[in-house]
Amino acid sequence: MMSTQSWRRSLEAVVIPAGAVLGALVIFGIFCALAGANPFAVYGSIYKAAFGSWSAWQNTLLRASPLMLTALCTALPARLGLVIIGNEGALVIGALAATVTGLGLGTALPGFWVMVAMALVAIVAGGLWIMAVGALRHYRGVNETISSLLMNYIAIALLNHLVQGPMRDPSFVTKPSSFEIVQSAWLGNLPTTRIHYGLIYGVIACILAYVLMQRTTFGFAARTAGGNVRAARMAGLPVGKLTLAICFLGGSCAGLAGMVEIAAVQRRLNESIVSNYGYAGILVAFVSRHNPLAMVLVSVLLGGILASGGILQRSHGLPDATVMVFQGIVFLCVLFSDSLYGRFPIFQDRPARISTGSSVSA
Amino acid sequence: MAAEALGWWGVPLGILAGTLRGSVPFLFVSLGECLTEKSGKINLGLEGTLLMGAMSAYAIAYLASGVVGPALAPWLGVLVAGIAGMGLGAIHGWLSQQPRVNDVATGIAMIIFGGGLANFLGKPFIQPQAPQLPTLNAGAWSSVPQVQSALQISPLFLLGVAVVPLMSWFFKSTRWGLYVRAVGDSPESAKAMGISIFKVRMASIVMGSFLAGIGGASLSLYYPGVWTERISSGQGLMAVALVIFARWQPWQCLWASLLFGGAQALGPAFQSVGINAYYYLFNAAPYLLTLVIMILTCSPKQTLAGAPGALGKED
Repeated sequence: MMSTQSWRRSLEAVVIPAGAVLGALVIFGIFCALAGANPFAVYGSIYKAAFGSWSAWQNTLLRASPLMLTALCTALPARLGLVIIGNEGALVIGALAATVTGLGLGTALPGFWVMVAMALVAIVAGGLWIMAVGALRHYRGVNETISSLLMNYIAIALLNHLVQGPMRDPSFVTKPSSFEIVQSAWLGNLPTTRIHYGLIYGVIACILAYVLMQRTTFGFAARTAGGNVRAARMAGLPVGKLTLAICFLGGSCAGLAGMVEIAAVQRRLNESIVSNYGYAGILVAFVSRHNPLAMVLVSVLLGGILASGGILQRSHGLPDATVMVFQGIVFLCVLFSDSLYGRFPIFQDRPARISTGSSVSA
Repeated sequence: MAAEALGWWGVPLGILAGTLRGSVPFLFVSLGECLTEKSGKINLGLEGTLLMGAMSAYAIAYLASGVVGPALAPWLGVLVAGIAGMGLGAIHGWLSQQPRVNDVATGIAMIIFGGGLANFLGKPFIQPQAPQLPTLNAGAWSSVPQVQSALQISPLFLLGVAVVPLMSWFFKSTRWGLYVRAVGDSPESAKAMGISIFKVRMASIVMGSFLAGIGGASLSLYYPGVWTERISSGQGLMAVALVIFARWQPWQCLWASLLFGGAQALGPAFQSVGINAYYYLFNAAPYLLTLVIMILTCSPKQTLAGAPGALGKED
């Protein structure tokens, strides 16, 4: 469908989301002005803190890498028509699984292999976590949005239980945490930077997801089932297996994000792992309209916005929740822009087709 | 601690107290969600509404206590919380009815936006102490202090219980209730009757959000009675599951809210008798309960009995 679009339609697919982000910037500016800050100074600060220097870029990219992975947890099932928001829970479960593996293996294996094992276990654990959501949906008809969300809270409760009790390192007093992962299993940085290898994982995962969904029969089957389940069943597609597989893949990406956060950033498991990367990932998935390649770009943009939270507080006296308000406004504007497809004659091949605008799937 | 003197009686007493306290936000949010879903739309954003309600009620109660006195100020806060909820509801109602805009996605966006706005505006009010709503001491007959404190019933609880028969009557016996049900069950025939689907859904979502805003006020002005950024802890989302469990019936929303309030009280109740080991796991009880209930009551073969016909369908 994408490939048969004319250039006008492709232009529409770029201009409308860009317009939505622009509109969100304007609304956010008005909001800042009402809050007593100069909107243009705020824009300038966000730009400077996000993309103004190499150091700012590194901060941005550090935040972008988990977003790419958690966004896939929403975007992949979305191609099947499922709205899954269990990203935070799958990330926590991935981090938990990685920590248990890393601490369990300790120095029994060379550091590199401990790291590989951590990643694999996190991928499987996160995958199974979201696969359970898919299974409940397919076999029991349980609404996947609500079940995945409830499982976020269950995952966080499990995390709190373990780090407060069985897994707690009594010598670490700052906050209840697990023991530290051995240093040889830490995820290193890209040469000469502060950016860890998680960024590469994120980019590779997004590219793989794109190829899988757009260029393979598996992806075609999934998109068909997402378009019309009944037609897919008639065509003999195994809808149940597709649901489980896609949910597993989505969850495994979020699980890997949890492992990366542990192995590269946190080093030990505690409540800081619950840092809203999961919820921001939902935003990334929707803004990029579930297109994995667009997600790389959107993650970098949102990573920049997240990176600017501190400077808004320091230079403009705006509370740190400002970034959250901005995210909310962007999200709302992008959702509204979905209703604009097909409404502008300039993007239509033949003006007579305006009335069939509903054929553009949302 | 005198709780030790009570021994194991502290557990059922703690659960009773927690049920009376913790069910208030559930009751308001589930009634609000019930009204919204009866009209055929889902509002996941009630989580953000709850936060916004909690913040605005607390802020107004704090700011107004010097002007109208500490007795009236919390009630003003409750009213403003409802109005703030209506504002968020209007955004949701308008946006989710645009063509090709998914109401679930809009709800998620409203959680981020409403929550962000509440945290933004509520930052200065985390520290100060706002005047709380008064409570009715139904336990004055008892000489045991735990019983007395357990039976401190909020007037908001009674208000919520009063809304239940009112809403039930509204759906069954009024013209407007029929409009809401018609729009939710069969938009086509509602349109044929000359009813504006947009207006009815807008009104239902806005009124539902008003109730959810009051639910938020009960969090910050009654129990736990403080304003923090995480005070809603998913209760607005659980309302969606709760309404499914309650089969879209206001009376069943009341029973479900009591059940959920009780489940939430398990952790603190066991902690009060010295069982701390599984405190955090007990905190997951309401979420697990919701999940189990959904697994047991849902079916892939048919839609649930009582579900509005147009719920979750594209216009």
